[in-house]
Amino acid sequence: MRISRIKPESFITWLIKFTGYSAIIFVFLIFYFLLSEGIPVFGEVPFKDFFQVRWYPIEAYFGLLPLLVGSLIVTIGALIIAVPLGLLTAIYIAEVASPRTKEILKPLVELLGGFPSVVLGFLGLLILSQYLREILALPTGLSALTGSLILAGIALPAIVSISEDALDTVPRSYRDASLALGATEWQTIWWVTLPAAKSGVLTAIMLGIGRAIGETMVVLMVTGNAPMMPQGLATFVNPTRTMTATIAAEMGEVANGSTHYHVLFFIGIVLFVIALIVNVSASTFVFRRKKRSERILS
Amino acid sequence: MKSRSSAQRRNLTQQIGFIFLRLVAIIAVLPIIAIIVFIIYQGAPAISLEFIFGFPSDGMRSGGIWPAIVGTFFLTLICALVVSPLGIGAAIYLAEYAPDNRWTQSIRIAIINLAGIPSVVYGLFGLGLFVIFLNFGISILAGSLTLAIMTLPVIITTTEEALRAVPQSFRVVSRSVGATQWQTVRRIVLPQALPGILTGVILGLERAAGETAPILFTAAVFFLPRLPSSPMDPTMALPYHLYVISTQVPGMSPQIQYGTALVLLVFVLGMNLIATIIRSRARARRQW
Repeated sequence: MRISRIKPESFITWLIKFTGYSAIIFVFLIFYFLLSEGIPVFGEVPFKDFFQVRWYPIEAYFGLLPLLVGSLIVTIGALIIAVPLGLLTAIYIAEVASPRTKEILKPLVELLGGFPSVVLGFLGLLILSQYLREILALPTGLSALTGSLILAGIALPAIVSISEDALDTVPRSYRDASLALGATEWQTIWWVTLPAAKSGVLTAIMLGIGRAIGETMVVLMVTGNAPMMPQGLATFVNPTRTMTATIAAEMGEVANGSTHYHVLFFIGIVLFVIALIVNVSASTFVFRRKKRSERILS
Repeated sequence: MKSRSSAQRRNLTQQIGFIFLRLVAIIAVLPIIAIIVFIIYQGAPAISLEFIFGFPSDGMRSGGIWPAIVGTFFLTLICALVVSPLGIGAAIYLAEYAPDNRWTQSIRIAIINLAGIPSVVYGLFGLGLFVIFLNFGISILAGSLTLAIMTLPVIITTTEEALRAVPQSFRVVSRSVGATQWQTVRRIVLPQALPGILTGVILGLERAAGETAPILFTAAVFFLPRLPSSPMDPTMALPYHLYVISTQVPGMSPQIQYGTALVLLVFVLGMNLIATIIRSRARARRQW
């Protein structure tokens, strides 16, 4: 009886442990398959060619700079909108709003987080780009700006909910001490609560960056997809092309194993590495915060 | 202190500040409501039995979207069958078994990384591993597996949270009456955490159902004249269909586009609603 019970127990323990380690296995699998399909590119295209300013694969121009710049521009544009908007909304929800307002606002923002990005891209294409073209008198409404505006909507839920969590975990006593010293609630928010939640807010912003730079369908649909180098301020209202959109638009049309195919996987590696850096730095903020709170408690 | 001149002025600053914050929050939230209302308003006239259960005709310019609905349903279903045991198992390991050491830390870092990988990179990975290397071809199976790996971090994280919310005393009591660790997990912890786990799984699948980029090169095709008959068939899918009819087909009627967007939104937000209901009902019934 006893022996027969121990056996399944240890088998199940082993199985659970295996599923536990599956995340690590998948990260390595993903990296391996990106490498195995992307690395051959180094035998086919001279490395310095990636730093050209021209992306025109049909004639074997594989300059990645315009795509990298395109990704950066729409992401920066999105952050300029989403960070202040998201942070202030989080402050309102966490510090000012009544419990009832909170109950309405939080699920609404989470709802936006659940929106399929293709729906937002569709609205951007049909509605937003038309308005922008008319209002700003642009030749086309499909521009970096259109992309940034909608990407802001994609980054917003992450920024709001994580900053709100961070503000929420600031101990009540911090606020009480500040108020007791005669500060107003408004001053307390800006001089006490927000600085105390700084690391969580930074994490929120990093994850927002990750969302924006990795988003594919929206930028594919609304940025016009012209790989161009920046030209002053007009860059923001010109069409542009991101790395993600390039993969999505061109992978369907290339022959497996061609140089172009390998280059697209190479772009995937670049995106993977960027995501790695963004997310690891975001999580170090969290880990640091944990240590800090442990220090305070001890 | 900043200005000592008068308490009145500070109060005024605060009032103006709060009004400003309220305005910003409204600016952030209003578009969300506007989008939902707008899509319902524009899309509702397109909805009919023929639109939902019909096949596309006239180069998608008329007819229905049934193959896309069926495709998204099967993609999500197989994704769920694969990712649920894996994700829940991993969460059980992290919440109940894992020692606090470097290995566990590296699992957590791996989960954070999986969650951050752009969806189109998952598409590349699925193409490389499932479609080409394992020779599944462009198929529901390849797409579902790609989606499953993409959803895995969401499900692990939410399930672990649900498991950790079960009070420690439950486990102590169970172990003290002689139950093994697995018996404790299976008979005590899992039933208590079930609503939380269900919520997490549904929210993860909601993301899978709405994603386009991962199925772009692994499962989705432009048009199929029939329904897929096995997991090895390629399929149409709602998000991809919306992408196709809003960018690739000239002369589309907006009504069909909005109708498709509405069906996709109902599909996805419906899952969200179910998750919310499960969560709030469980909260109301919880005894701890």
